Amino acid sequence: MQFDSMSDFLNMGGYAFYVWLAYGVTFSSLAILIISSARRKRKVLTEIASKQAREEKLKESRGKKQ
Amino acid sequence: MWKWLNSYADPERSYKLAGTFLPWFVCLAIALIGVGTTWGLLFAPMDYQQGDSFRIIYIHVPAASMSMAAYMGMATASFIGIVWQIKAADWAAASIAPIGAVITFIALFTGAAWGKPMWGTWWVWDARLTSELVLLFLYLGVIALYASFEDKVLAARAAGILAIVGVINIPIIKYSVDWWSSLHQPATIKITEKSTMTGDMLYPLLINIVGFGMMIGAITLVRFRAEVLARNGMRPWVRELATQEVSK
Repeated sequence: MQFDSMSDFLNMGGYAFYVWLAYGVTFSSLAILIISSARRKRKVLTEIASKQAREEKLKESRGKKQ
Repeated sequence: MWKWLNSYADPERSYKLAGTFLPWFVCLAIALIGVGTTWGLLFAPMDYQQGDSFRIIYIHVPAASMSMAAYMGMATASFIGIVWQIKAADWAAASIAPIGAVITFIALFTGAAWGKPMWGTWWVWDARLTSELVLLFLYLGVIALYASFEDKVLAARAAGILAIVGVINIPIIKYSVDWWSSLHQPATIKITEKSTMTGDMLYPLLINIVGFGMMIGAITLVRFRAEVLARNGMRPWVRELATQEVSK
């Protein structure tokens, strides 16, 4: 362990602002990327399902006319 | 062998294969980045010149090296997609692009946050920094091209050509610090000779580089699966998945 205490660790030898800025931006941008990527599958499948429902409706209404 | 390889280009098989690999990549990425970052932040010795500010290296170098590796992966996938008309390769390339853009942004941002205390400036227009910025624009160009065509076969071809031409930028980034005088330091990790870094500092860095690679792999698989579904919306197996998803 390179640091004596928690406050010593957070202080980063006087470079706290730069070190935590770099780590903060890195992990928050990664979090945004991961969350948006993970949500894509559900979004795509719901879109396909609603398209499917639309098509079936069209088919039904066409069937009624004839 | 071609027949065997081609069977993996089948959308349903590649979708399922990606799903099988995904948990392994996720576990490895979390474990490696967890160990590497903790080790780097808490246990690696302080740099005698840069003090604790050097700890930014544990995200800066992995992001920077993987931004180039991801680009090579994307360009290779595009090349396979264009030459052998394998659509799954095009989808893989389209999945990597946004991840590469974020990783490149991280490399640039952490570099700026490290440059300010060490060089006294957030940004300089020198060869290494500028060529890495060009890499970000290349990723954004690939994303924009892929998004701007309704016909995704055409979109993949256009984006793929840009990706392949952009490969010229990779050696420029890599050797920029040797070819031109730069504020940026030359490589510390050397493959052919002894690295100019002590093991206590080096091992967490190597762990994080591999960890970032695994993480990019994992996110690529997640995006690839969604892309396969989006491009195969007319197929019965996808429609079945869609019905299941909605009824959940």
